[in-house]
Amino acid sequence: MTVMEQRGAYRPTPPPAWQPRTDPAPLLPDAEPYRVLGTDAVEKVDPGLLRRLYAELVRGRRYNTQATALTKQGRLAVYPSSTGQEACEVAAAFALQERDWLFPSYRDTLAAVARGLDPLSALTLLRGDWHTGYDPREARIAPLSTPLATQLPHAVGLAHAARLKGDDVVALAMVGDGGTSEGDFHEALNFAAVWQAPVVFLVQNNGFAISVPLAKQTAAPSLAHKAVGYGMPGRLVDGNDAAAMHEVLGEAVARARAGGGPTLVEAVTYRMEAHTNADDATRYRHDSEVAAWRDHDPILLLERELTERGLLDEDLKRQAGDDAEAMAADLRERMNQDPQLDPMDLFTHVYAEQTSQLREQAAQLRAELEVASEEAEEEAR
Amino acid sequence: MTTVAAKPVTPSATKPATMAQALGRALRDSMADDPSVHVLGEDVGALGGVFRVTDGLAEEFGEDRCTDTPLAEAGILGTAVGMAMYGLRPVVEMQFDAFAYPAFEQLLSHVAKMRNRTRGAMPMPITVRVPYGGGIGGVEHHSDSSEAYYMATPGLHVVTPATVADAYGLLRASIASDDPVVFLEPKRLYWSKADWNPAAPTAVEPIGRAVVRRTGRSATLITYGPSVPVCMEAAEAARAEGWDLEVVDLRSLVPFDDETVAASVRRTGRAVVVHESGGFGGPGGEIAARITERCFHHLEAPVLRVAGFDIPYPPPMLEKHHLPGVDRILDAVARLQWEAES
Repeated sequence: MTVMEQRGAYRPTPPPAWQPRTDPAPLLPDAEPYRVLGTDAVEKVDPGLLRRLYAELVRGRRYNTQATALTKQGRLAVYPSSTGQEACEVAAAFALQERDWLFPSYRDTLAAVARGLDPLSALTLLRGDWHTGYDPREARIAPLSTPLATQLPHAVGLAHAARLKGDDVVALAMVGDGGTSEGDFHEALNFAAVWQAPVVFLVQNNGFAISVPLAKQTAAPSLAHKAVGYGMPGRLVDGNDAAAMHEVLGEAVARARAGGGPTLVEAVTYRMEAHTNADDATRYRHDSEVAAWRDHDPILLLERELTERGLLDEDLKRQAGDDAEAMAADLRERMNQDPQLDPMDLFTHVYAEQTSQLREQAAQLRAELEVASEEAEEEAR
Repeated sequence: MTTVAAKPVTPSATKPATMAQALGRALRDSMADDPSVHVLGEDVGALGGVFRVTDGLAEEFGEDRCTDTPLAEAGILGTAVGMAMYGLRPVVEMQFDAFAYPAFEQLLSHVAKMRNRTRGAMPMPITVRVPYGGGIGGVEHHSDSSEAYYMATPGLHVVTPATVADAYGLLRASIASDDPVVFLEPKRLYWSKADWNPAAPTAVEPIGRAVVRRTGRSATLITYGPSVPVCMEAAEAARAEGWDLEVVDLRSLVPFDDETVAASVRRTGRAVVVHESGGFGGPGGEIAARITERCFHHLEAPVLRVAGFDIPYPPPMLEKHHLPGVDRILDAVARLQWEAES
């Protein structure tokens, strides 16, 4: 008798561990990204909300163009632009209440600004005068994370800790499509689901991890599908549809707050600019592809909707434009002043109390600075 | 029914305790004193840790305070970062030295740097317990001495006890510290015993102080963790050769107690650094350089190192050839007569 025949004859009952524990169907994302603008669903959306989203997108776009210009002027060391992704950034900020926490990646300065952070403080890291330009506890915004996906377990830990303390705080963590390949992405989602932590994971799938396209990043049907394996719902959304993003993130946050556990949201969007100013996007993608996405611009989509419903009056357009210009002018002016830096700060925040080794090195630098200032004085004379 | 006169109860102040028990007691007392102290890791709950250090904590404090996590070291430490951000004081267990490597990115990029990145706004009061070192017959990936990696990372404290009393005191100090501490537990000393009073435990030592375990005049052995008892034994054996050795137990690698080390070497004029981890790029090179910079004119001989070989940790049946033992230390001590001979 062959092994196959034996198997046919003898079918043991699978042990309990082999039994499916959850019906995966309710966790599965829709086949197509969820949309609101241009569909019947939009009629249920408060017109006031659509107008507020519009003004914030316009402001966000202006922020992106201003920061990019500052890079060209050498005022920022680098700026990873979120132009084209403003709907994701703004919706992430809008979804949270004041007591909630945002865990942004390096491309998500706009989400922090839309949450109310001073645009200059949000750019400190990218200007290079210090790493984090704000008090994370005050802003309830974690430091912008440069290593990929490493901020996701932080979001889980914070949300878990808040729940242990009895606070109904939600953490929203942002990551790109490339970041979903990192081990920390996997570990964070797994911890969140096992602990039923009040976390929302927002993946902005903007098509490329620097130059590597999504097809070379994953073989999954969608990034939202990854949720099912961890035991949390996955949602696939049009990331350029501000109303859809607002609705889906709002639902996920509400669900987390009510004790329903984490959600993975994949926003399908597009990075209109290069990865950063150091990147040449023409080497890995065609202009025609970028042009096609131009027609699906988040501001354009909302503008069409508002116009069709007679909600986009000249007042709103002018007001939004003026607010954006004022923000840009203020940012420009303050960025064009050289920051005052104290080199002795290098030793101030390494430990609560300086080690004797650091005290020696601080003394060395202080002496070097004194010599330099004496020399400068002499030269001035 | 006869009445038996009750024996007068004399509170036996001290009784033999193992290092593992003292560590567990330190965790328990820290959790009892401060509700923000949380223990998390793989197997720390019902099992009490594979070395039983966390025995009884889940029972006493509940699973919310002593949590069995999924098996993922980056996740364990990464979530601890978030917990610290929200005001908790996590103590994480890495189970075995080489198992901590997946958590290195969290440790190096976030735990060590968060205070600095946020200009002091967000300290990381996390204690990372790492059982380390060999000598227990562990198979591959269970016996590494990784202290050089931790020492090379600014923002971390690195401490390691060698005695039962220090295990308690240093762990309590580490948990109380507002900075992250990599707490290296010498595996082969887990079952070492000493008379110790758990009811009136040793006062908490501040992190960063070395201690002279044995005074001597001929030379100083500078060591820490699992090599301390070996050096003490070597010092006893050296008496027969006419050498009176001083033994300095560093206890803390970061911060480094230059003062105690330099004072000892200035007295003796000769020094040997002893540790299990590899010599090349290892802690001994740093320590020897610091001694040379501070004590050059007091030195009668070059500072020598007795370290593990520069090899991946060997299979257990060969580890006795790798670990610095008494003979290898005595050989080095003999070589300290270098100046006299030349």
